[in-house]
Amino acid sequence: MYPTEYLYSKEHEWILVEDDTCTIGITIFAQDELGEVVFVELPEVGQTFGADDEIGTIESVKAVAEVYTPVSGEILEVNGALEDAPEMVNDTPHDDAWLVKIRISDPSELEGLMSAAEYEEFISGGDD
Amino acid sequence: MAETADKRTPLYDCHLEAGAKMVPFSGWTMPVQYSGLMEEHRAVRTAAGLFDVSHMGEVRVTGPGALDYLQGITPNNVAKLAPGRAHYSALLTPEATYIDDLLIYQMAENDYLVVINAGNIDKDFEHMAAQPHPDCTVENHSDRWAQLALQGPKAPAILARHTDTDLEAIRYYRFVEGQVDGIDCIISRTGYTGEDGFELYCAPDDAPGLWDKLLESGQPDGLIPAGLGARDTLRLEAGMALYGHEIDGTTTPYEAGLGWTVKLKAGDFIGRSVLAEQKETGVARKLVGFEVIGRGIARQGHGIQHDSQTVGAVTSGTFSPTFEKAIGTGYVPTELATEGTEIGIEVRKKVLPAKIVAMPFYKRDN
Repeated sequence: MYPTEYLYSKEHEWILVEDDTCTIGITIFAQDELGEVVFVELPEVGQTFGADDEIGTIESVKAVAEVYTPVSGEILEVNGALEDAPEMVNDTPHDDAWLVKIRISDPSELEGLMSAAEYEEFISGGDD
Repeated sequence: MAETADKRTPLYDCHLEAGAKMVPFSGWTMPVQYSGLMEEHRAVRTAAGLFDVSHMGEVRVTGPGALDYLQGITPNNVAKLAPGRAHYSALLTPEATYIDDLLIYQMAENDYLVVINAGNIDKDFEHMAAQPHPDCTVENHSDRWAQLALQGPKAPAILARHTDTDLEAIRYYRFVEGQVDGIDCIISRTGYTGEDGFELYCAPDDAPGLWDKLLESGQPDGLIPAGLGARDTLRLEAGMALYGHEIDGTTTPYEAGLGWTVKLKAGDFIGRSVLAEQKETGVARKLVGFEVIGRGIARQGHGIQHDSQTVGAVTSGTFSPTFEKAIGTGYVPTELATEGTEIGIEVRKKVLPAKIVAMPFYKRDN
């Protein structure tokens, strides 16, 4: 269920690293916790963020979730398709519904992230 | 206090079997959704939904003093009830703010069933038992009743297949004691969704059988189980108050737009003098409904702005599955509480434009 080529954060984001670019989305676990997504708000291309900064929000009928970037860097691209089709976050959270692409400024910030196996253990309710 | 686990209703296993997502709610573990909040919401608006509301509390008041006692602790006119009739009322503080909202069913002469919110059962019962009640007994019967709510335009047709009771004869806010699938029930034409429908009170042991039979027979009509998530979006669209949101220990019935539950001429009751004064002088703030213009959702606790000043706060906010836009309720100064007033909702770091609209947001056709 959780692609092994991705890294995962405790904030329930997945991160795909390709050269100096990170693609960030939320996990299937996160979207299930949220329920049906009705709005996705993303940053502007060109904005820069520090590690663990809030870069956007995802709203379901019942709740709102902030999206954080685990790495610092500049926003290269945002997934504009989510503006008109926020339900993609429920349907295909691990691929089509990616949120942003960020240029990594400090690769060492990736070190604290989890592997797919570690993330599955994390969400199975084990110790934090 | 050794027991800290959330309580389960008699339908707990039915919910797991139906694939519910269970969440803690007011000390209970309850189904928040099954197939999905939006689908459940739309099923209730267009066909029917079945809710487990067994967590609600019931207090039985019996004896020759019952009428006078209830008249003195609630603002509505209990003397207007008759066996087979129910009404919406409240428990108020001496300051006329809400301890809880409730329904009173008159079961027979000198016999009433008071239905209260799950999260307030202990508080309400303590309050009720502490008020003088000569010539009547006040008993917490919350564990003796399960409650199912069958709601939606198809509800009468579905229920009719399970009972000989003449459902057409039960008008809104009336009830009868009858049998559904051979199970003794209070069959009440009430609900919390803005749709036609029934609330069925039965013994806890009978509830799972009733649940299964109704769901099975209603399936061809589009009946599905519906959770607390849909219950909340449905009641908000219908403009119905929820304790802890529109009404609480800081708000009075006149502020909340519930002045119709206050009968000042029905005799003295707790909170009456404050309400008599508010009726005379008016209230400084009022509950309004609003819709958000554009993208974003207001949530409880967000500030409400007018002319860049914070003037109030949001009491409920959600995305409306019926209208597909964000709606909400909140308190604003009375002079701003008119349809069309432009306001702003303070959502995190920005202000969402919104405007005050008529309540309820949703009203069924017939």
